[in-house]
Amino acid sequence: MTTADTLLTGWGRTAPTRAAVSAPSDVDAVRQVLANAATGRGVLARGLGRSYGDAAQNAGGDILDMTGLAGVHALDIAGATVTVDAGLSLDALLRHLVPLGLFVSVSPGTRYVTVGGAIACDIHGKNHHREGSFARSVLAFDLLTADGEVRTVTADPDSEVFWATAGGMGLTGVILRATLSLLRIETSLISVDTERTTDLDDVMARMDARDDDYRYSVAWIDLLATGAAMGRSVLTRGDHLPIDALGPQERATALRYAPKNLVTAPSFVPPGLLNRLTVRAFNELWFRKAPVAQVGHPESIAAFFHPLDMVTGWNRIYGRAGFLQYQFVVPFGEEQAMRRIVAELVEHQCPSFLAVLKRFGAGNGLLSFPIPGWTLALDIPARMTGLGPLLTRLDERVVEAGGRVYLAKDSRLSPQLLPGMYPELDRWRGIRERLDPQRRFTSDLARRLQLF
Amino acid sequence: MRNAVGDVQTVLVLGGGSDIGVAIARRLVTGGARTVVLAGRRPEGYLAYEQALRAAGAINVHRVAFDADDTDSHPGVVRDVVSLVGDLDVTVVAFGVLGDQSVDEHNPVAAVAVARTNYLGSVSAMTVLGQQLRKQGHGALVVLSSVAGERVRRSNFVYGSTKAGVDGFATGLADALHGSGARVLVVRPGFVVSKMTAGMDKAPLSTTPEAVADVVVKGLAGSATVVWAPAPLRLVMSVLRHVPRPLFRRLPV
Repeated sequence: MTTADTLLTGWGRTAPTRAAVSAPSDVDAVRQVLANAATGRGVLARGLGRSYGDAAQNAGGDILDMTGLAGVHALDIAGATVTVDAGLSLDALLRHLVPLGLFVSVSPGTRYVTVGGAIACDIHGKNHHREGSFARSVLAFDLLTADGEVRTVTADPDSEVFWATAGGMGLTGVILRATLSLLRIETSLISVDTERTTDLDDVMARMDARDDDYRYSVAWIDLLATGAAMGRSVLTRGDHLPIDALGPQERATALRYAPKNLVTAPSFVPPGLLNRLTVRAFNELWFRKAPVAQVGHPESIAAFFHPLDMVTGWNRIYGRAGFLQYQFVVPFGEEQAMRRIVAELVEHQCPSFLAVLKRFGAGNGLLSFPIPGWTLALDIPARMTGLGPLLTRLDERVVEAGGRVYLAKDSRLSPQLLPGMYPELDRWRGIRERLDPQRRFTSDLARRLQLF
Repeated sequence: MRNAVGDVQTVLVLGGGSDIGVAIARRLVTGGARTVVLAGRRPEGYLAYEQALRAAGAINVHRVAFDADDTDSHPGVVRDVVSLVGDLDVTVVAFGVLGDQSVDEHNPVAAVAVARTNYLGSVSAMTVLGQQLRKQGHGALVVLSSVAGERVRRSNFVYGSTKAGVDGFATGLADALHGSGARVLVVRPGFVVSKMTAGMDKAPLSTTPEAVADVVVKGLAGSATVVWAPAPLRLVMSVLRHVPRPLFRRLPV
């Protein structure tokens, strides 16, 4: 197996570092890389590189490109479970599942993530308020640990290894295979209700009142609107469309699934394309284009869950300097903290056209991000002046409110604030240390946040 | 590690008594760096610098012994620093002596002493740090060159020639490290009002250690490979570089 020295970044294209990347095609090859890893620099598994920051980078060490391990091993249609290799993308998995009337229990905002990455980041989707994070749908996984052994770990509530690995950012070992419980669907359409809301209080009140009636809920929020329109949003909620909502002719193709990538972002984009003016114009258009109120509009899975996947390489539109994503959660009861943070973002006029607001349900896992509360995620060009100090101030507000930022998206948090955000950090450290006393697994994120 | 907004965590200054080196460290601490190592000939004399860095927000400040002239010791010093603080995000080669041109140009022992510290010391330190950054797969090496090395002048050619050598080595090392994850930033300041130049007449376009530090930190935040302090010197030197020798010799610079 060959290795290639490669400069890697996350999806935000900031802070590149070099690693020796190898692409194993079987488990023995993974084990071999682990055994031969450079002393002191460690090994890390990487999937499709959709983490925004440095979570899937390992400067000076080894990176296992897991996307070559992408088989589907056992699909139990009657039992609605599937066993797959960790390097399989959700895109490939959905192309298997949807025509059979099955769907992943949790779908993030892009199909281009691997199952291994989804577990390691314990990702969430628009149904978190009802069905929790990705780990909740994992029945078991195989984990290659630092001692070279492969352990099958089941989702036992008392399993320390399971809950240190789900959300453990790849630092407990290499996830090789996973068995997932699936959702049954009757059609490949989503029935979507859309509402425009006048401001932040309005959208939060509507979400509070009726989110639980919907499987899926998310609000797109305009962070450039000021004054009385501050926090104006487009709230979209829905569920899978039942077959009896379709006419007799449509039923034959009810499970048709053929998502397409419509365009590819150009490889060169002038710096500063996304600025306050262009993003304000976009946001205005996006808000106006949404129906004031619409009920039961059928949308495809791709349009509802993965709209950005239609633009291949959309991260390039931020230019060479790249961008970062800031996602945090504050617990229910801390709505005032959310209001103050939104007000501060609006005051600084962060040119963010991808800001979303969502309610989380119960959490799980030791380093897993979701806790019951409100989460806001926004993209910001990395070159924005004053961005570092602004986000540091917001971090402090988030900690004060008992909240946290999302490690899978983080690229700039300071290690001093981490223990306040993740109270189970020390327990996670203890379990990790027992699994990997020589610290063979590491990442740039682990180094930056002093996770060990 | 460097983060997405360009802030770093760990800084090593070789030449821990250098006003410019300390000013760079201080600016990086203001940006979020929490660990600084000041390495130099008189670490016991850097207490005031340590206090200033702590006041600016540094949590760990280490003062360690480093002798630029003792090149055999360089690998060991860097190894010890790495085992003390981990990966080095920014390393600054800031040591150097100005010498005394009027003496040095007639005294081979004195001239070689300047060359030993400035050139040989830097070649050794840059090689050792380059290896460390290559191994890490990330990190920046900031090298204090000088406009004096851009076109060596009659008035300070002993010092100027050493900086010309340092500049050339650093520029070549930058290209050698391309693709390694590590980078080199060559800094070409003009006349800097500091301890090193105490008692000398100010040259035109003179600057301060703080202003040089600002230029360096801005360069590090982007993808610069060479920065000038102050910036207009780049233009001035690109003209001076092409002035014919008979004229250049007579210029009062």
